Amino acid sequence: TSWRQWRQSTHRYLRRLQDDVHEWLTALQLWRSDIHIIEGMFGTGILSYFSFLRFLVMLNLIIFTLMFSFVLLPIIIAPHFMLVFICSVYPTSARQGLVIFHEHIADLLSGGGFLEQTYLFYGYYKADKIHFPGTTYNLPLAYLLVTVAYLFLSLIWIVKRSANGFKRNLVQDEDRFQSFCNKIFAGWDFCISNMNAAKLKRSSLLYELRTDLEEERIKQKIADRTREEKCRIYLIRVILNLFVIAVLACCFYSIYIATIFSQEAQMNEVKVNFIVDLIHQYLPSIVITLANFITPLLFSVVINYEDYSPAFEIRFTLMRCVFMRLTSIGVLLFSLWSHITKCKEEPCVCGYNHVLYSCWETRIGQEMYKLTVFDFIIIVAVTIFVEFPRKLIVKYCDCGLAKWWGQQEFAIPQNVLEIVYGQTICWIGAFYSPMLPAICTIKYFFIFYIKKVSLMKNCRPATRPFRASSSNFFFLGVLLIGLSLACVPVIVSVAQINCSQACGPFVNYTTSWEVLPTAISQLPSGVQTLLFTVSSEAFAVSFFVVTCLAMFYVIALAGAHKRVIKQLREQLAMVGILNLFEGCQPWCNFTLRKIHLML
Amino acid sequence: MGNKQTIFTDEQLDAYQVILTKPIVVFVGFFSPSRLHGRYHELAPHLVPMDYTKDPDCKLPLALIVNMPELKENPFRNRIVESFSEDGMGNLSFNEFVDMFSVLSEMAPRELKAIYAFKIYDFNVDNYLCKEDLEKTLNKLTKEELTPEEVQLVCEKAIEEADLDGDNKLSFADFENMISRAPDFLSTFHIRI
Repeated sequence: TSWRQWRQSTHRYLRRLQDDVHEWLTALQLWRSDIHIIEGMFGTGILSYFSFLRFLVMLNLIIFTLMFSFVLLPIIIAPHFMLVFICSVYPTSARQGLVIFHEHIADLLSGGGFLEQTYLFYGYYKADKIHFPGTTYNLPLAYLLVTVAYLFLSLIWIVKRSANGFKRNLVQDEDRFQSFCNKIFAGWDFCISNMNAAKLKRSSLLYELRTDLEEERIKQKIADRTREEKCRIYLIRVILNLFVIAVLACCFYSIYIATIFSQEAQMNEVKVNFIVDLIHQYLPSIVITLANFITPLLFSVVINYEDYSPAFEIRFTLMRCVFMRLTSIGVLLFSLWSHITKCKEEPCVCGYNHVLYSCWETRIGQEMYKLTVFDFIIIVAVTIFVEFPRKLIVKYCDCGLAKWWGQQEFAIPQNVLEIVYGQTICWIGAFYSPMLPAICTIKYFFIFYIKKVSLMKNCRPATRPFRASSSNFFFLGVLLIGLSLACVPVIVSVAQINCSQACGPFVNYTTSWEVLPTAISQLPSGVQTLLFTVSSEAFAVSFFVVTCLAMFYVIALAGAHKRVIKQLREQLAMVGILNLFEGCQPWCNFTLRKIHLML
Repeated sequence: MGNKQTIFTDEQLDAYQVILTKPIVVFVGFFSPSRLHGRYHELAPHLVPMDYTKDPDCKLPLALIVNMPELKENPFRNRIVESFSEDGMGNLSFNEFVDMFSVLSEMAPRELKAIYAFKIYDFNVDNYLCKEDLEKTLNKLTKEELTPEEVQLVCEKAIEEADLDGDNKLSFADFENMISRAPDFLSTFHIRI
């Protein structure tokens, strides 16, 4: 027994050590105390927004660390660039002679001028192989692989984080199945000891119950609809959806026009005026921001006429806003690309318009940089010039405007869309501007404090509760959509589009992707055969078939479990009836225990 | 309350194996008795002796206990205290006081919490949650801000959702089955002391 005692005490000691280490690690988390305060004052919905923001800061930091260690660091410490093959003209855009101060500001804001030929943009990394004493570092390969790596890493991290939310969401589909019981019996948080918190909880429970009752009522109404009414509703929905599509098409077209106009204005050597130039530079960003401001208002008006259930209304409007936000970036890139490939004589000699765009990747990097900067400026400006005055007006002025506008509520979905939009730009832009993740880290870092201050000073707690468990799933789901949308331009430009011959690490290759086959052909033949087998169609098809089989098996298992549960539930109902008669006690107990174990 | 405040001796850690045989549970409290005793004593310093070796028979009335800061804002405070008292009137001895906070602590297992939650919500103590119990629960939760029709509808829907044996009221088996599917139950049915 002394052996057993020793084992038990070691086990206990290890467990306590594990708890201590875990506690120490959580204490190291960034902004832990701030988030704790926010949770106490505003609840778990807003808490998940801020922890989502913290997650993005960490993600961007890791992406930048990757880029820095594999791309920037070799170039910085390289003794000198050993260029294997120089081919072309890349006129420097740095300003010559006496430079006026505001031109520096213009350069800083637009990423041009003195910023253009720095580590900030793709064009500066004009090195093919860096020769260190002992080894040769293949920079283009590193650049390409780091891009793939950061996209992959983001995917894995997001999926891992959303795995918890997804599990909870599956249970919650059961929750739709007993939503009233959950609210009555598990709705009140017994930890509440503060009168204000109690009042808040009560009003949020009341709101949730009323919403649920409303849902039931609408479900009943939908079930009671006559065929005539159904046709009318469907017709209205079709018309309104067409209207929404028309509005979206208008917005996208205006983004296209604005981009083309801005590009041509930038090519124009005649500089009009500092302010006008800046507006020309930022025209696409301005149009995108305006469109993203007007369309949500429009969507929330349109949805009222479409007569859906309240929960579906919220989700559908949100989906439309997400689509609008993320596709506008795609439209911008598409219009840029169409302008870059338009030459005087079709088809273009170099694959792109080398006269206007000697280094088109840097151009795209600049546009992404401008979008990021403008996004940040808008967030700061809205906080300072809209939210603070609103609070002052509501607090001190007793007019009708104050009553109608009301105190600010922290609108979680819109804020989440804002930062997902910024993150999508970062993912796309990191390929063209390796330092963009660092800029985004700093940007989100400041946004955290700005939003926190605005929340504490201006906002009142939401009257509509936003459930934390499903909101985590929502945030990460939207982020995943942003990631998949970000992959498309990157993949297209890596695989399809001819890279610039005048700048960047890929000067010796037609497309950026070519680095990989070239590098593989230099590997030993055994490794080559292995890689070719893994990427061949036979392997891909069999892998796909195996995955499908596994999925079907799991789905079949779930279906079988559901059937068993249904049967046992019917048995339980029968037991209840049989309980009225005596003499069946042992059988009843046995069935009850069996059911309890199964469920 | 952080992890530092509840210090468990090794024996108490081992005593957490609770075997549920019937609704009346015999177990050792999850807290060190001396700390909770301090709280019990300060509720009525002149009634509660400091020395428990002679096992005195002293009970505190309901009115004193529901004024504790942890229970003050809880809509079910009266029912909570009544369910843990032996006489059903809410007069708690020190052991019952410890039992109450143990069941409501985060260390108590789900089955135990479900048993006591059922007792708490059973206002007329008939071992079933009938419609009147549900209506009383709902009114306490919302401080009677729902209209009577809304209350009726909600209670009907709740019974519809959880009632498995079709007798229009919730037995303990129904309740336990329902509560095992409630994702928030463990985190909400919890008092920090």
